[in-house]
Amino acid sequence: MKIIKEALAGTLESSDLLVKVTPLPEDRVDVVIQSEVMHQFGEQIRQVVLATLQQLGLISGQVVIEDKGALDCAIRARVQAAILRGAAVDQLDWSKLS
Amino acid sequence: MNQQLQATLASEPGLKGLEPFSHFAQHNPYLKDPAEKASRKVVASLEEAIRRAGLTNGMTISFHHAFREGDKTINNVVQVLADMGFRNLTLASSSLLNCNAPLIEHIKNGVIGKIYTSGMRGKLAEAISNGLMEHPVQIHSHGGRVKLIQSGELKIDVAFLGVSACDEFGNANGVSGKSRCGALGYAKVDAHFARKVVLLTEELVEFPNTPASISQDQVDYIVKVDQVGDPSKISVGAARVTSNPRELLIARYAADVIEHGGYFRDGFSLQTGSGASSTAATRFLEQRMRRKNIKASFALGGITGGIVDLFRKGLIGTLVDTQSFDADAAESLRESPRHIEISTNEYANPGSKAAYCDRVDVVILSALEIDLDFNVNVITGSDGVMRGASGGHCDVAAAANLSIIVAPLIRSRIPTVVKHVTTVVTPGECVGVLVTDHGIAVNPRRPEVAERLKAAGLPVFSIEELYARCQAITGEPAPIEFLDKIVGVIRYRDGSVIDVVRQVKP
Repeated sequence: MKIIKEALAGTLESSDLLVKVTPLPEDRVDVVIQSEVMHQFGEQIRQVVLATLQQLGLISGQVVIEDKGALDCAIRARVQAAILRGAAVDQLDWSKLS
Repeated sequence: MNQQLQATLASEPGLKGLEPFSHFAQHNPYLKDPAEKASRKVVASLEEAIRRAGLTNGMTISFHHAFREGDKTINNVVQVLADMGFRNLTLASSSLLNCNAPLIEHIKNGVIGKIYTSGMRGKLAEAISNGLMEHPVQIHSHGGRVKLIQSGELKIDVAFLGVSACDEFGNANGVSGKSRCGALGYAKVDAHFARKVVLLTEELVEFPNTPASISQDQVDYIVKVDQVGDPSKISVGAARVTSNPRELLIARYAADVIEHGGYFRDGFSLQTGSGASSTAATRFLEQRMRRKNIKASFALGGITGGIVDLFRKGLIGTLVDTQSFDADAAESLRESPRHIEISTNEYANPGSKAAYCDRVDVVILSALEIDLDFNVNVITGSDGVMRGASGGHCDVAAAANLSIIVAPLIRSRIPTVVKHVTTVVTPGECVGVLVTDHGIAVNPRRPEVAERLKAAGLPVFSIEELYARCQAITGEPAPIEFLDKIVGVIRYRDGSVIDVVRQVKP
């Protein structure tokens, strides 16, 4: 899966996150995470994001996350939504989203 | 006659050293000039007042924070002191808030060397948590501040007190003039104890200005300024009103705990602290009080519009107010004889001859963190950075018959119930009940309260169960790393040290 256009998912409300995806010219995944709870949960957030990207099979694109203290379930859902929008997927493979 | 008197004073051994009378205005020269007699305290500028007060480097200056986020006095006065070249002053403000970020520059430049305060927020708190100051900040409760002044540790040389209006002699209150903050509970203490008292006033009103919260015999100099504070910003931040459903749920549980905790009887007394859920709990009390035909004898605080509403409906007999949290409270103080103003000495000083908090049945207080031993932190966030205030927390928790802590179980992934609080402000032995949006935990020291709440069908869990629930939802937070340097000293209300805050690792 490749990001072919810019896309957003989420908000900057407390307990949510904003995910922004952008195409990259080569096959490379670039992840940038900013979080209000970086000190306490930075590593857990990174793991959830990377696992979600792997599950979707993303091979190209930049993913920028601004987290406002979201729980793992919210992080997973927002990342999935942003990637699917940026990759212009219209046929969902639901088994890859669970 | 005068010569004869002088001779007598000189020759009688028992009268040696006594001064002979010369004329009526010898020691009060202003009495000779009718205009000066009336206006002698009013000085043209703040600089002039500072010079006359005899302020020198290294002295202690004080302020009150009744305008909270709307304060225009603290930053302005410290700026003037900086411009005049003062150095190494001790700043003793009853508290500091987000609006005090400009003080960072004055700390860097050496104008302010030490700080005593109930708390701090925003950029200032962040800078201090990151090691801005050489000396740690002394954090005290509202009652504990008066205790530190009484014990002599905190000696206020010059108090700069912003008031909306006063007369030429300095009779001042927070209920006349334009920028009315309401109760002057903090300022009354400083006016009483400070060596010199400078009033900054927006208006000079006709003599005598009544009621005199600060009395003419406490005031040395008066300076007229454009603005001392913006009362519309008092109820911003910690003192805000909520429509958040989660906070309202917690507030409703808190009202349930008041109803069934064992102290809900005619003539009971209560206090609600600042914080959204705490303030909102009063909204849920009315119906419960009417249903059981119960009236409260008094409410103490930290008075909010919600409490004033119950008072106006006849459900509370007397409001005892050391700080008015919003315009409704200030207006009620102005117009109601049963809404009385008290100093923080009368409110909560354990060294006072009598503190109102000792008569409180039920108090609702907030928390940033609470641990398995029910210790409460209201100062540091879970990132170790200071972002709150001690306030009256440990004062009223210690004195009230039942202390109820209200807090969401999780705030933006940050657990409220933790194994050990980052900083202890109120010891767990003073806490009765924790109310969260996920349920209620009762301190094992209060089994009778737990029985009553369970009997009423409330969702009572052990604190360990709430902790486990927290962990299951958020995951285990990584521990915060601190450096060795101590940036804050948490003083218990009796002056002892209950904890220290260390510099956060960047």
